[in-house]
Amino acid sequence: MDLYEYQGRDLFERHGLPVLAGGVATTPEEARAIAERLGGRVVVKAQVKVGGRGKAGGVKLTEGAEETVARATDILGMDIKGHTVHKVMITVTADVAEEYYFSYLLDRANRTFLCIASVAGGMDIEQVAAETPEKVVKAPIDANVGVDAATARRIVTQAGFPAEVTDQAVEIAVDLWQAFVAEDATLVEVNPLAKTAEGGLLLLDAKVSLDENAAFRHPDHEALVDQAAVDPLEQAAKEKDLNYVKLDGEVGIIGNGAGLVMSTLDVVAYAGERHGGVKPANFLDIGGGASAAVMANGLEIVLSDPAVKSVFVNVFGGITACDAVANGIVQALALLEQRGEQVTRPLVVRLDGNNAEAGRAILDGANNPLIQRVDTMDGAAERAAELAAAGV
Amino acid sequence: MAIWLTKDSKVIVQGMTGSEGSKHTRRMLAAGTDIVGGVNPRKAGTTVDFDGAQLPVFANVADAMRETGANVTVIFVPPQFTKGAVIEAIDAGIPLAVVITEGVPVHDTAAFWAYNVAQGERTRIIGPNCPGIVSPGAANAGIIPADITGAGRIGLVSKSGTLTYQMMYELRDIGFSTCVGIGGDPIIGTTHIDALAAFENDPDTDAIVMIGEIGGDAEERAAEFIKANVTKPVVGYIAGFTAPPGKTMGHAGAIISGSAGTAEAKKTALEAVGVKVGKTPTETARLMREIMSAG
Repeated sequence: MDLYEYQGRDLFERHGLPVLAGGVATTPEEARAIAERLGGRVVVKAQVKVGGRGKAGGVKLTEGAEETVARATDILGMDIKGHTVHKVMITVTADVAEEYYFSYLLDRANRTFLCIASVAGGMDIEQVAAETPEKVVKAPIDANVGVDAATARRIVTQAGFPAEVTDQAVEIAVDLWQAFVAEDATLVEVNPLAKTAEGGLLLLDAKVSLDENAAFRHPDHEALVDQAAVDPLEQAAKEKDLNYVKLDGEVGIIGNGAGLVMSTLDVVAYAGERHGGVKPANFLDIGGGASAAVMANGLEIVLSDPAVKSVFVNVFGGITACDAVANGIVQALALLEQRGEQVTRPLVVRLDGNNAEAGRAILDGANNPLIQRVDTMDGAAERAAELAAAGV
Repeated sequence: MAIWLTKDSKVIVQGMTGSEGSKHTRRMLAAGTDIVGGVNPRKAGTTVDFDGAQLPVFANVADAMRETGANVTVIFVPPQFTKGAVIEAIDAGIPLAVVITEGVPVHDTAAFWAYNVAQGERTRIIGPNCPGIVSPGAANAGIIPADITGAGRIGLVSKSGTLTYQMMYELRDIGFSTCVGIGGDPIIGTTHIDALAAFENDPDTDAIVMIGEIGGDAEERAAEFIKANVTKPVVGYIAGFTAPPGKTMGHAGAIISGSAGTAEAKKTALEAVGVKVGKTPTETARLMREIMSAG
């Protein structure tokens, strides 16, 4: 889960890291209250999970409450690279003398964590690393050793932080590591880590990602989810323990296993190229046990998307037996009718693997005109795309 | 022969008395796996009946190894206890630990992996969040259905469970030496490269199917490894061409971050080193079939 900047700022503050005083507002009036509380010059920053907001006009310096209200009014509702601004963060300003970069992140390739530090902050670190690699220090961090003062000092010195800020930088590096671990983060990035004219260091931006697998030991992380940004279908699916991602096509997809479902999306998209460009409408993994209830929940979610014109149910029976899946599909359709759903869009079903023949026989025996059975994955994708194109 | 798991493997199950653990212990036994016991400190000294087979329960992995000669453990414990279970297995020095559990925090995986490295990597870890490993006709450690295919001379390594089953099914008339599901988490104990190296050295494997998916750059690194080290034919498949950036597609590691981790980049990297990459699982199977029938 990626956090907004203001959430990252709050998180840093909770862990004792030096950040600018500020608050977050969803309306111009809330912005006024914050500006009045902070007093003097403030900066109003659009809260979007995408870079380049400064260039898009989403960051403004203001003087006094009236100007803050005016700029907050401009920025709230603004579209930045397809992201609508629903919140602005307002902080006091800092007199910045120098900008550095500091982050901890997951290093998948080396199966460890990585610290990246540079005195060339305030710009895109990947660009800095590409153009002037000597200015970027990348230090692997052993998960079981962590970052103590000695390790931090080595990194900070190697990165060439000026002597007068070394002690502060070391302290920040240690505290930031502790926050990274304590919060089960996969990324904490500070760009810029600024030196003010007075010589103090401040974390002026916050990019934080948290590991959703660790939610069981962070009940407080749930509150960080931006409900307004969650697709309502994705939310409904989550409440039913279904793994659903909304996409923008016309062929509803239900399958078992993440890899097989991703593969199904691809195969449908290829077939769609031959049928008016129809595309997959969603990712939905119903997991190992495709019972009638799970199948009904899945179908209900997929069919609540009005863009869906046909549904492709692609199941490989591994542990799950296909006859159980077939019964699940037939019962799911009956269940949906009981729930008052009008199921009118066709279902293309492909069953393979464990007890596939029995499963296919059950589907054939159901004599439901909505169910079309195709024996191969590629063939079924073709049929589902064709039906979706006809239904558009 | 096969890689890592053979008919001589002696397998224990950590979490054998739990619902998933007992269900799959029964299935692994039915596949002919030599399961010699389980681990649960609260039930140590008891035995559990699996359709007539009395399996002893030990207090810890070290005891189980000492009493039974076990050299493989399959781990089914819940995510909050997985790190402890793996470290216990590493401490006991067991050669192979298969971690089935899904939903393990990545800080925990990083910690047990770093611990394993510090101990000199005595333990090969497969997973977490994986379906396990099967050497058809010999043994099954995990949740892969053992009856999809029989023994043969294709090696399979995959990030995905059901795609593994699909590929085994498509090529069931040819058969497999070993099929390894390495899992879809951001940090995993056994990589595509580890499996490619083992299959290259396995006299009973003639060709390799490699299944990848979006996220990370493991497939790109595997391509470099293939170029330098693999002489056997490799056929590839990558899932997730149509996945949108920034969305996790089921597996915790299956996410395109910015422009990194795309299926297209992985396919390009594999094709650049001569790996044929199928557009669909069925086409991938056909490419492998052509290689095997050309002999």
